[in-house]
Amino acid sequence: MIDMRRTFRFGLLAGGAMAFLGGIGMIESFNERTLIDPILRMGDLFLYGTLFVIAYIAARGEINILEEPDYRAAETTATGAAVGFVATMVTVVYALLITAVDVVEFFPNMDEAMVESLTFEQGAPIGLALLGLASVIVGAVGGWLVSTADGLKQSISKVVGWVLGFALLEVVVTDIVESRDVSRLIYSPNGGLRLWSVAVIAVLVVYLSRRYSGRLTSFAAEVSNADSKSRLRRGVIAFLVFAAIVLPMLLGGILNELMINVSLFVLMGLGLNIVVGLAGLLDLGYVAFFAVGAYGTAVLTSPLSPTFSPQLNWWVALPIVFVLAAIAGLLVGTPVIRMRGDYLAIVTLGFGEIVRILLLSDWLTPLFGGSQGIRRIPGVDVPFLGEVGGTRPEFFVYLTLIFVLIAGYISYRAQNSRIGRAWAAMREDEDVAEAIGISTVSAKLLAFVTGAIIASFAGALFSAKVGAVFTNSFDVLVSIIILVVVIVGGMGSISGVIVGAFVLIGVLGGPKSPGLLAEFAEFKLLFYGAILVFMMLKRPEGLLPSVRRSRELHQDEMSQDAWLEKGGDFTADDAEGATT
Amino acid sequence: MDRVFRVCCPAVVAETSTQNARTRRFRFNWVDSFLWFIRISAIIAIVVGLTGTIQNFLDGQGPTVEQWRDLFVSSISTGAMYGLVALGYSMVYGVLGFINFAHGEVFMSGIMVGWIAAMLLFENGLWDANPFISLAIVLLVAMFTSTLIAVLTEKIAYRPLRGSPRLIPLITSIGVSFFLQYAFAGLFGVGLQTYPAPPGILSEDINVFGVPIEGTKLLVIAVAILAMVALWYFVTKTKTGRAMRAVAEDKEIAGLMGINVDRTIVTTFAVGGAMAGVGGLLWALLFRNVQFITGFLPGIKAFTAAVLGGIGNLPGAMLGGVFLGLFEGMGPLLVLDGLGIPAVSQLKDAVAFSALILVLIFRPTGLLGERLGSEDRA
Amino acid sequence: MKKKMSMRLTAALGALALVAAACGGGVDFEAGDLGAVTVEDGESIQIRSLQVITGPDATLGIPEERAVRLAVADFGQIFGHDVEVGTGLDDLCSADGGQAAAQTIVADDQVVGVIGTSCSGAATAAMPLISQDGMVMISGSNTSPALTSDLQGTAGSDYHEGYYRTAHNDLIQGAAAANFMFRELGLANVALIHDGDPYTQGLTSAFQAAFEALGGTITVHTSIPKGTTDAAPVLTEVAGTNPEGVFMPIFIAEATAIAQQKGNVAGLEEVTFMGADGILSPAFIEEVPESAGFYFSGPDLRFGENTNEATDVNAAGFLAAYDAEYNEAPTAPFWAHAYDATTMLLMAIKAVAVEDGDRLHIDRRALRDELDKISGFSGIIGTINCDDFGDCGAAKITVIHNVDNVYSNATENVVFSYVPEG
Repeated sequence: MIDMRRTFRFGLLAGGAMAFLGGIGMIESFNERTLIDPILRMGDLFLYGTLFVIAYIAARGEINILEEPDYRAAETTATGAAVGFVATMVTVVYALLITAVDVVEFFPNMDEAMVESLTFEQGAPIGLALLGLASVIVGAVGGWLVSTADGLKQSISKVVGWVLGFALLEVVVTDIVESRDVSRLIYSPNGGLRLWSVAVIAVLVVYLSRRYSGRLTSFAAEVSNADSKSRLRRGVIAFLVFAAIVLPMLLGGILNELMINVSLFVLMGLGLNIVVGLAGLLDLGYVAFFAVGAYGTAVLTSPLSPTFSPQLNWWVALPIVFVLAAIAGLLVGTPVIRMRGDYLAIVTLGFGEIVRILLLSDWLTPLFGGSQGIRRIPGVDVPFLGEVGGTRPEFFVYLTLIFVLIAGYISYRAQNSRIGRAWAAMREDEDVAEAIGISTVSAKLLAFVTGAIIASFAGALFSAKVGAVFTNSFDVLVSIIILVVVIVGGMGSISGVIVGAFVLIGVLGGPKSPGLLAEFAEFKLLFYGAILVFMMLKRPEGLLPSVRRSRELHQDEMSQDAWLEKGGDFTADDAEGATT
Repeated sequence: MDRVFRVCCPAVVAETSTQNARTRRFRFNWVDSFLWFIRISAIIAIVVGLTGTIQNFLDGQGPTVEQWRDLFVSSISTGAMYGLVALGYSMVYGVLGFINFAHGEVFMSGIMVGWIAAMLLFENGLWDANPFISLAIVLLVAMFTSTLIAVLTEKIAYRPLRGSPRLIPLITSIGVSFFLQYAFAGLFGVGLQTYPAPPGILSEDINVFGVPIEGTKLLVIAVAILAMVALWYFVTKTKTGRAMRAVAEDKEIAGLMGINVDRTIVTTFAVGGAMAGVGGLLWALLFRNVQFITGFLPGIKAFTAAVLGGIGNLPGAMLGGVFLGLFEGMGPLLVLDGLGIPAVSQLKDAVAFSALILVLIFRPTGLLGERLGSEDRA
Repeated sequence: MKKKMSMRLTAALGALALVAAACGGGVDFEAGDLGAVTVEDGESIQIRSLQVITGPDATLGIPEERAVRLAVADFGQIFGHDVEVGTGLDDLCSADGGQAAAQTIVADDQVVGVIGTSCSGAATAAMPLISQDGMVMISGSNTSPALTSDLQGTAGSDYHEGYYRTAHNDLIQGAAAANFMFRELGLANVALIHDGDPYTQGLTSAFQAAFEALGGTITVHTSIPKGTTDAAPVLTEVAGTNPEGVFMPIFIAEATAIAQQKGNVAGLEEVTFMGADGILSPAFIEEVPESAGFYFSGPDLRFGENTNEATDVNAAGFLAAYDAEYNEAPTAPFWAHAYDATTMLLMAIKAVAVEDGDRLHIDRRALRDELDKISGFSGIIGTINCDDFGDCGAAKITVIHNVDNVYSNATENVVFSYVPEG
């Protein structure tokens, strides 16, 4: 049975989404990038990808966990096609409206060029017919996929994933391959995969996944179930460490640069994780400590530091920078010690901005260079290698990895120590923690100071890497993105922070650095926003949550529900059950 | 109830209770004396700065009386605009207990769509022919847009999160904020959109008790006061308003009393959005320019104003806005200039945030004190 | 190190390979100390555009990137090879953004040269990488003296070999604006407003030095931070010092706020306002009626019949093509500089490229030498001569007066022009 109203609603939704993507100029700008040489451009991927997903969801219908779903291919295909048809109607009306009424004055992207980008560059009648045809087909395929067997579904999604991965990461693959001839085999000179390399990837993926996927998943399960001291687990860790040592040698300049940027955010994420994740203090001005680290290093090491210019070696400057960061942590921490959660948020945000504004100010220019920043910051002196800075990313990456390890170790020790438990208690309920004799003042200050010092690691590395500091690297957006990294990764979890940084900074890009998908640049924060909302709705505990944290989260939900629905009839078992 | 608690707490009790008696008093004194140090040095800095400025003024340097007066009026009108936006933060915070970061974008959306209305009116000549009707139309468009966006975000992004820890909706609102910013950047372009100049009558000075005040600023202050009075009437005298206050006090109890909590929360967002829409018109009158990032900093400022006045406290939000406007508008010239600091205007935002920190150090619950439900006060 | 090593490898082994290959082709090509790029048959010559194309400063960089693309299209093929710009890279108007983008550029050994960056801060961090990899970079809008020289023969602190620019050095513009205000307008007391950007602050500082040397007084040197919409405080600060003129080389958003709100501040009625090239665009002169009466210092935009000798395109032709392609006028005046920069690079490539059958060898050292030698090249911006530190700009600053809010009238209304002595 096809639910007509639902199908129609989803069709409207898909049409609206397609119109929106066109209206913000995404399709037009993404279409300049070819993914698979003659047949697929990036804009089309997003346009029809959106339709595809919506058609799939529409055809899947309401999910009822209790019943085994029973899909008939004809039915789901028809639903998908109908969604595609309704979406076309919306898009056609939209395209015609834009052609008829001149709205470019208000919406600069809604012009003929956009209509052309929606219609395979064909313009009104022919292009619209093509658009309709393509939409119905894509919708139908989306619908049909619902009814297919799970194995086939998996194979298709794997093939699509790998092909798109190779297509999107063209620059990176080319960089790694390093041989122009090989990359010319895979990619067409106009950009985009060659058709036959798509075929090869597809065959390889299907073959390899048929052959090895079972073993891989069982191995993964074995590892995650293994005891933390078991041989297997240790073996895996040893392998990861080995990979971390060898990998930078194999990666090209782009990926090493990316690794460094990701590592800097891992560092800051680990620091903020102590403040927010462990101690429960919402700090929205964390970038201030990053800035203290970076400017501290700059002043101490650069010959161009305006007044005070000791030109220290980076290693000598480092401990001084830590002390400065610790002092900054105390200065920020002490006034806010009595403030409740959200007052803390806005006050720390304020501190972050104050630090940036002061560093930029003409008043303190004699110390920090003001608008002109501090330039010519030397790299890090490493025995046998000489000066290592941003121009030698393949060495610098080791330096950042070492500091990530140190920060990870500090976090790990802190988490499982006396102070870590005090933080946990304080995070749960400050009054109770106080009542049972925890000194919340020193616990809070310690969290701020530790967090500040870890952020100053990142700052010191950043200075040496970029070789110049300007205040625009330290605006409030950075604070927010670090928080996002921590939350998306999984608050309170060290591995979560690392995963979060890789996914967000590595793939989408950081506030001032491109990620793997550098083409998204213009729309990076749009994707950030959408991902954040989606994550919080679907997986609020983050990608790799800490066990304790995720339990708290679900227990909160449970207790709330319990209060409202069950009238307090609620046991701890319910909470535990919800997480597993 | 919770295993974590059982596992962690006895250990903590054991290790801290003995040392605590000794260390605690000492620590507290240390923090207190630091806070006193900040308080005293702030007062000294302000007094010295003021004296310096007055000295300069007597020496005939710096702004004249007339310039000071204009600055005062313009700071108050900016503050009134902050206040209206702050109401939205304060109400949502009062009811749901989280900072709705996207409220700045709700505010921006009203200005942005209002700009289309203003341009259409301008092109048809109505803007100059019927200035007040035109402004009323722009106001309605702005209020409608902001309300719509506020209600939609509540429905799509926040409602499913009801009852989750408050960090979750906070992060969601950051996501919504990014999404809206860049959706508007895509739709309207990244450039500056400029409203047509306010109709002629408004740019003339109007005498208020013998003091000439620019028409636009007077209108801004008047609209802000009207909106505030209307809101006050709505919240205290109408049934819906009472329901809102009840929900803010305690959602569960309010639900038990037969109040439709979901609908009341939507109303809260809608009213907050409408106030942001009014704020948007004021922004258009004062600054005339709008861009996709227009909502961000003013949004943060408005939240600062809400905290400054005492969060959850509606008159507090308005007062906080006016004070913030005064602090950031006049603070640099009045205090910092007297201290001999160069390029003081550059430090405007730093002054605004320092004022917030100082106010909270002196009065931890804001100027008028916070008004929050029992569950949010913890 | 690896990069350097691979570069040397290219230089050494690559040269060997090439010599081997050359035996077959018949052309004897030997790469210089920086290595060479070999473009195979049917492949394109790779150059890159590195401009600020997102965020609030995108109005500066987008016209430059588009100018690069138009210039490449106008120039056509080089010895039967297309020139490819690839995806436009983003310098994010910041040091870290510039460095990350430069990393992407140097990862591709085929890239010959870069047109960029938009912002001086980005060039500071990008140039070490670009220079180290033997590439060249030509900027259409960097103006910081630190990137080239102080014009007295001393290299700037951030100068790296392989860096060139067609934009003028700040020192020239600072002196030009100061001379105009002091000598032509007879103003002895001037207030300065920058916006915290290295460019604007560098320019106000250069102005201050030149103005005080002439005997004028700077009443206040203040700042309107980026993103400020409420200009009342800064205008009151300025008005309180009773200046006769205000020099504010800032960008459109903040300048719009100042222009619109200066009427509300008592004491500024008689004050002369002067901006610089950041607001020398239709988006300010035409969209903001209050900009009437403003003076603007900047590069000489009376391009008139100035014709780029490489492509035979003049300003009118360029603007027509721009409008046809992008449905709008350029949002910043540096399109001409980026256009000329691109043709300069392509000319130089054409000059040093060695044909080897259907392949093409481009020696990196020879390319730098060729650019160093450029003199008397006629571009849209005028005659281009490169000095020893990469300053290739036309070195002529003009001041225009906006009388009737028509951009083309304003740019023709030149009231002062300045060419540094010597």
